[in-house]
Amino acid sequence: MNIVVCVKHVPDTEVPIKIRADGRGVEESGLNHVLNFYDEHGVEEALRIKERFGGTVTLVTAGPSRAVEALRTGLAMGADAAIHIQDPALSSLDHVGTARVLAAAIKPLSADLVLCGKLSTDDNAAVVGPAVAEFLDLPQATAITKLELGEGAATAHREVEGAVEVLEVKLPAVITVERGINEPRYPSLPGIMRARRTAVAARTLADLGIAVPPAGHVELLNMTPPPKRQAGRRLEGEAAVIVQDLVRALREEAKVL
Amino acid sequence: MEFTLSEEHRLVQSTVREWAANRLLPIAAEMDRTGSYPRGLVRELGEMGLTGVFIPEEYGGGGMDMVSYCVVLEEIARAEAALAAVLSVNNSLVCYPLFAFGTETQKRTYLTELASGRKLGCYCLTEPTAGSDAASLRTSARREGPSWVLNGSKIFVTNGVEADVLIVYARTGSEGPHGVSAFIAERGDPGLSVGKVERKLGIHASSTAEIVLQDCRLPADRLLGEEGTGFTVAMATLDGGRIGIAGQALGIARAALEDSVAYAKDRRQFGRPIAEFQATQWKIADMATRIQAGRLLMYRAAWIRDQGRRHTLEASMAKLFASETAMWAATHAVQIYGGYGYIQDYPVERHFRDAKITEIYEGTSEVQRLVIARQVLGALDHAVEPVRAGGREA
Amino acid sequence: MSAASDVWIIAEQAGGRPRKITYELLGLAKTLAGQGTVHAVVAGREIAGIAEDLAAHGAQVVHVAASALLEPYTTDAHAQVIGTLLAEAAPGLVLVGSTAAGRDLAPRLAAKLDAGIVTDCASVEVQDGRVVAARPAMTRKAIVRVAFHDGIRIAVVLPNIYPPAPAEQGRSADVVTVPVTLDPASIRTRVVAVSAIKRETVPLTEADIIVSGGRGLRGPENFALLDKLAAALGAAVGSSRPPVDSGWVPHDYEIGQTGKTVNPQLYIACGISGAPQHLAGMSGSRCIVAINKDPQAPIFGVATYGVVGDLFEILPLLTEEVRRLKSAAGDGGRQAAG
Repeated sequence: MNIVVCVKHVPDTEVPIKIRADGRGVEESGLNHVLNFYDEHGVEEALRIKERFGGTVTLVTAGPSRAVEALRTGLAMGADAAIHIQDPALSSLDHVGTARVLAAAIKPLSADLVLCGKLSTDDNAAVVGPAVAEFLDLPQATAITKLELGEGAATAHREVEGAVEVLEVKLPAVITVERGINEPRYPSLPGIMRARRTAVAARTLADLGIAVPPAGHVELLNMTPPPKRQAGRRLEGEAAVIVQDLVRALREEAKVL
Repeated sequence: MEFTLSEEHRLVQSTVREWAANRLLPIAAEMDRTGSYPRGLVRELGEMGLTGVFIPEEYGGGGMDMVSYCVVLEEIARAEAALAAVLSVNNSLVCYPLFAFGTETQKRTYLTELASGRKLGCYCLTEPTAGSDAASLRTSARREGPSWVLNGSKIFVTNGVEADVLIVYARTGSEGPHGVSAFIAERGDPGLSVGKVERKLGIHASSTAEIVLQDCRLPADRLLGEEGTGFTVAMATLDGGRIGIAGQALGIARAALEDSVAYAKDRRQFGRPIAEFQATQWKIADMATRIQAGRLLMYRAAWIRDQGRRHTLEASMAKLFASETAMWAATHAVQIYGGYGYIQDYPVERHFRDAKITEIYEGTSEVQRLVIARQVLGALDHAVEPVRAGGREA
Repeated sequence: MSAASDVWIIAEQAGGRPRKITYELLGLAKTLAGQGTVHAVVAGREIAGIAEDLAAHGAQVVHVAASALLEPYTTDAHAQVIGTLLAEAAPGLVLVGSTAAGRDLAPRLAAKLDAGIVTDCASVEVQDGRVVAARPAMTRKAIVRVAFHDGIRIAVVLPNIYPPAPAEQGRSADVVTVPVTLDPASIRTRVVAVSAIKRETVPLTEADIIVSGGRGLRGPENFALLDKLAAALGAAVGSSRPPVDSGWVPHDYEIGQTGKTVNPQLYIACGISGAPQHLAGMSGSRCIVAINKDPQAPIFGVATYGVVGDLFEILPLLTEEVRRLKSAAGDGGRQAAG
């Protein structure tokens, strides 16, 4: 099986962010970047499939030079090959444009399966996966919590509102994975050494046959911190009294009961 | 001079840090309280290559270098110090001598199992009457036909309770270091038993036990290295072991610092966070500076070793400085926490108890100072002459 | 976008009835359309009567695509039918609900139509002639405002933020039948089974009241305390991450950075410390009650009402008090809206 996994290098969600003074984004300095949490699950799923059915796992990322570390992490987990799309025009692309670029890099790989994390934790957009599927003209299944491969098709479980849906998806397909589909493995030291020795293929937009970068359809106006919630009232004391105070407050003050 | 860790060292660091934060930190206090750890942890570490960090992959190890090893131990110890002790013994005091002195058969039989974490090792050198003066050890090993028969008792053996493989040092010849030989024993060997299990001040989760040898019969192929080279084997493990302990100590120091910083920012007295008071700030500044200094000493020692050069002096300096830093930082962390620092619900009293051992084992601070002095004074012998001869550079 | 621009919504329905999010989108569409026309697209199997319901809630043109091939939802069927319709109509703005289906379809449509798309919109407004959406980013550590350029704009809107449009009698809409010429072979996914998650209440993302538990509950059996309170309140039950990690509750309970984002009117956090990862999922709640015995717990920094106490004592008393209130008020318990 030829499996491709799209990955992204994103700020570590454990680290507090600082919004730039001009509001055009976050301060890059002091940020620690890691392999996107949901993509870890994508890589892990690909490795499990490879361990079961054989094949190769190729990682693809579109990002600045530091993004190679996301590829190294995935290679250290056990992926076989990696492609790094790097181009100054990337920063001007919106999600649909990025998906176009990724699709152009994936197309020649004749993948049986393309895995993506359901979203990336920096912009939380969840657009690239389905958009890549559209550009590759492949069926898709999104936010999958369980994946089983069969003959020419896969069975995928996804949570919809209040229910679990079981889908049969013809292969090749694009699957975006949700947390809970697996427990990603930690890279091993031998894996880290092997990752170092694995050559990462480089691509520019020109290499992908994209002469003119796709125009962006949206524009970031500004980024602000979320409105600070004011801490409200403390209720302390005897339980029975607190409960009465609380219910009264919820009914009369907050008017939510 | 390149002062940053390489890309793969950083990947090792972030990998182990994340593992430790997710798998170890949440159970650290409980491990200390119960004096035990889930055995599965060693297996997990083995799968990541951390039970034999610098052992080549062909023998089941991580195939990495000494710098990686320090990074690993620091990250483990930052979360929980006892597991770092368990790991350092397995890596430096058991896997290393097997790798450096073992026959191919011995490596295939034992090293692969230990480096991959399927088996755990321990190191039996110290005796009731032979601590710093290790060369005076009295456990004997006499030849009886095809076997060796060992008699004696070893104390303060880390991993003594769980270990499957034991490196035992016994006297095969006359008094002094040249009469000592190293042996590989296994749990289950006739005449080998675990004696008293010690209750310690700190690193509770790692077992510290007496190993009793009563007519313990070992086949001849259990001799590690040549007869009479036991002391060479023991000493060869020390340099690497000391660098590892520096890593453990710095991890504890870093835990003390990070916990202190978090607490100082949160704790308010006199209307302000105590982090705004100079007394607190100075302690934190000194902690951070000493940790940085210790780290540089440690990385330098590790790097020199990775270059294949002599590093006895640097290893001793790193161990001495890092261990004293750990004790110092942990003491000040308790002080910063004030009354809460004395309460077991908070982690710093554990750091305080854990740090102390780093100043004692693998060569006490006193021994380290002797080693360092010997190296420095030895060098000075040569330095004196050129000065007298008219200012030629040493 | 001018003061009189058509706004389209993709309506979601279940069993021939519009889902709550659809009414919310209709309300928003009316505001944004101004003098323009509100269009609703609805695709499904037996949806004959739905146009009337949509019209009553503000749709002025209802495009009905009815076919057995359109229900249950599949990406290929909906992307083809709705994509073709939108490509022809080329509307300036399309609102989609941030539901499982909406999140699956909208990005595919954006790629198909080469449209601008913003997901997880907490607000959509017209400012200086441009459509501007605000959405949380960086796992809720920031809010970004994004402006659409000209062309087809797709805004995927979070549920439970905009109020549902009220029904008005006497409103009617033009009903347009959408021709459905789908080749079954072009539909490459198939819903094989749907098993309802064994929970009586409304999905977390749609609930008005949520009772949520954390590590402080100590064990899975104690979630029964939350179930009782939730039943009395007509609330949904959720959790922070530790109970899910410990296997006390299934993953669909999880609220937070790696779980769901919710926007209820009332969020009652029991035995939850309030780590940033959890706050990321619920800090949009209008009113937050925290019950925790640790006065230093970070959750108290965001709670509207902070109860420092033992939840094992407080919860049963609270449940009793709520039951008393409901029966006294005679409203028979406020059922969670469908």
